[in-house]
Amino acid sequence: MSSIKVKLKEADLNKIKEICKSFDNKEGELINVLHKTQEHFGYLPAEVQEAVAQELKMSVAKVYGVVTFYSFFTMLPKGKHPISICTGTACYVRGADNVLQEFKRQLDIEVGETTKDGKFSLSCLRCVGACGLAPVVLVGDKTFGRVSPDGVKEILEQYKD
Amino acid sequence: MHLLVCGGTGCRAAESDAIVTNLQQELEKNGLQDQVQVVMTGCFGFCEKGPIVKVSPDNTFYTQVKPEDAAEIVAEHVVKGRQVNRLLYKDPEKKETVSDSKHMDFYKKQIRIALRNCGFIDPENLDEYIARDGYMALGRCLTELKPQDVINEIKESGLRGRGGGGFPTGIKWEIAAKNDADQKYVVCNADEGDPGAFMDRSILEGDPHAVLEAMAICGYSTNATKGLIYIRAEYPLAIKRLKIAIDQAREYGLLGKNIFGTDFEFDIELRYGAGAFVCGEETSLIHSMEGLRGEPTIKPPYPAESGYLGKPTNVNNVETYANIPVIINKGANWFNKIGTEKSKGTKVFALAGKINNVGLIEVPMGTTLREVIFEIGGGIKDGKKFKAVQTGGPSGGCLTEEHLDTPIDFDNLVQAGSMMGSGGMIVMDEDDCMVSMAKFYLDFTVEESCGKCSPCRIGNKRLYELLDRITQGKGEMEDLQRLRNMSQVIKDTSLCGLGQTSPNPVLSTLDNFYDEYVAHVTDKKCPAGQCKDLMTYTIIEENCVGCTACARVCPVGAISGEKKQVHNIDPEICIKCGACIERCKFDAIIVK
Repeated sequence: MSSIKVKLKEADLNKIKEICKSFDNKEGELINVLHKTQEHFGYLPAEVQEAVAQELKMSVAKVYGVVTFYSFFTMLPKGKHPISICTGTACYVRGADNVLQEFKRQLDIEVGETTKDGKFSLSCLRCVGACGLAPVVLVGDKTFGRVSPDGVKEILEQYKD
Repeated sequence: MHLLVCGGTGCRAAESDAIVTNLQQELEKNGLQDQVQVVMTGCFGFCEKGPIVKVSPDNTFYTQVKPEDAAEIVAEHVVKGRQVNRLLYKDPEKKETVSDSKHMDFYKKQIRIALRNCGFIDPENLDEYIARDGYMALGRCLTELKPQDVINEIKESGLRGRGGGGFPTGIKWEIAAKNDADQKYVVCNADEGDPGAFMDRSILEGDPHAVLEAMAICGYSTNATKGLIYIRAEYPLAIKRLKIAIDQAREYGLLGKNIFGTDFEFDIELRYGAGAFVCGEETSLIHSMEGLRGEPTIKPPYPAESGYLGKPTNVNNVETYANIPVIINKGANWFNKIGTEKSKGTKVFALAGKINNVGLIEVPMGTTLREVIFEIGGGIKDGKKFKAVQTGGPSGGCLTEEHLDTPIDFDNLVQAGSMMGSGGMIVMDEDDCMVSMAKFYLDFTVEESCGKCSPCRIGNKRLYELLDRITQGKGEMEDLQRLRNMSQVIKDTSLCGLGQTSPNPVLSTLDNFYDEYVAHVTDKKCPAGQCKDLMTYTIIEENCVGCTACARVCPVGAISGEKKQVHNIDPEICIKCGACIERCKFDAIIVK
């Protein structure tokens, strides 16, 4: 599974148990459990999935199947400032791809990766629905609208320290 | 007096929260906080000119308002009764300011049924919904109409599913009603997956109670007591407002037991999607709600027979539900006079792309594409030439100039080689390459295919590879026939709606822009100048004044040249990003 191994601490394990219990340890609540778990840990590494499977009394394969099916779930940790480029159609026709290429170049990472210092991670998402501001870039919760490739540097500078 | 501030996602991204705070502060400074109310509403639709602030009752419509404009709005408009002219909408043709939104071209041809309350009420306040006839329809159904009467009314209205399929809603309800079971479910599909469509989100953000009310009406008609809303986790604001709305409705006794003093009971819960386009398909959606991978199953059995947890389940989309209370209140015969023979009522479209007025509009069925794009949408951005409009998202097709006068309805769009879909409308101009566009959609489909059936999983991947080759100038003429054959096989043999429609963008561009494909294959040229592998950037010596603007903006240092001397682009280093062209004021850089 994931190349990143995190040994679960007692407290983390208890958190997972607590989340599962709040959904009555029901198999049918798996997606809700995963949402809450990812909210807490930031991502869903193999160990966390194993613990969830154990609590809900289902196979790890099934949990892994669901985690990898949905794009919202991630098995890799995100950077301190996760950058998401909207690549929905409206942003695409207004030049989102050029913006994406510029982020990749400036950060020297590919989509789905995190910079070595753990500061930025890069991902694409499909439409945040702010098509009037296309192309749109999200850094954490902040939305930047009408971004052009030469505006990329300026955005990154805001998060330099 | 009310100051209505748009609280849709787009306007909030442009700091409309701060506008509300500043307006309140300014009112307090003037001691007017008790006379003037600041309300954060749902989306006004005119996203292009957001954030919007509307003054009621005089209907003054302020556009592109910044937080620092709050002081002037309060000092001038509220205190002195003088409009702030510089913030009014300016008609681009007549060059006159228009203060009342009713007189703006963007709103003139619209009829707002599903969006009736968006931009009018505070979505977090149930009393405001009730003041606009909210929950009156539910009350009438429970106390005056039998379940079958309600179904008949919906059938009579001619309402068809707004999620894409266009299946008659009344008939769907009737099937669910006829299947007996100890438990039935009413599901709202709010997994708006079409990239570029945001009507469902806007309705949920701007008028959440309309959907709750309609689901309760559906529950009454089909004898279901549980409602589930399946919503994308990517819509945090809509989720927040729905949660507030559900709590308020429970508090008022509009959800729960003994609604309106009758023995009808109905309650609603939220279920979260996790980012999968295929979950817009009913059977996938139901599996996802059960905590499984969102893979479709063969129909029949339809959800109305065996759906969530194997029980009869009625699934409708957000916009479909939003129409229901109005139909009950105003009657089927009012609703079915709007629209065309086979498509009644209105349709909400999300206008986006290379169009002047990006936004959310609602027009009667039968309005032409020309009216939507050129009158309401204000035409193409930067005076460019219209090339195509994509409707129906990744399942739809590209329509051209010759389709502009086609009245929009479910059947006409299918006949023209596209489809209604959920209502995304992406406008493209002469700079957009249609082969790349088809490739863009296929890239989306390949990523979103659930992988259960091979035509969709493998076929779409092959289609993508063929298109990729063509955009790199490595295509052969035989590839064009291969694209067609493969598309037909995928359409005919895929399990669910995703695969059955995914080749549409390819087929419609092949039909309407065949020459463009040929240019890529035989001349190795991209006529729109978008396919990077087929372009070179060069500087026209006569036009270059040596201002160095291009060299400074070039991210890779591919442009060299002394000040006031003709510059030069090194094609080996150039990454063809186009930044230099945008910067050059002398038209000295061309793409070939």
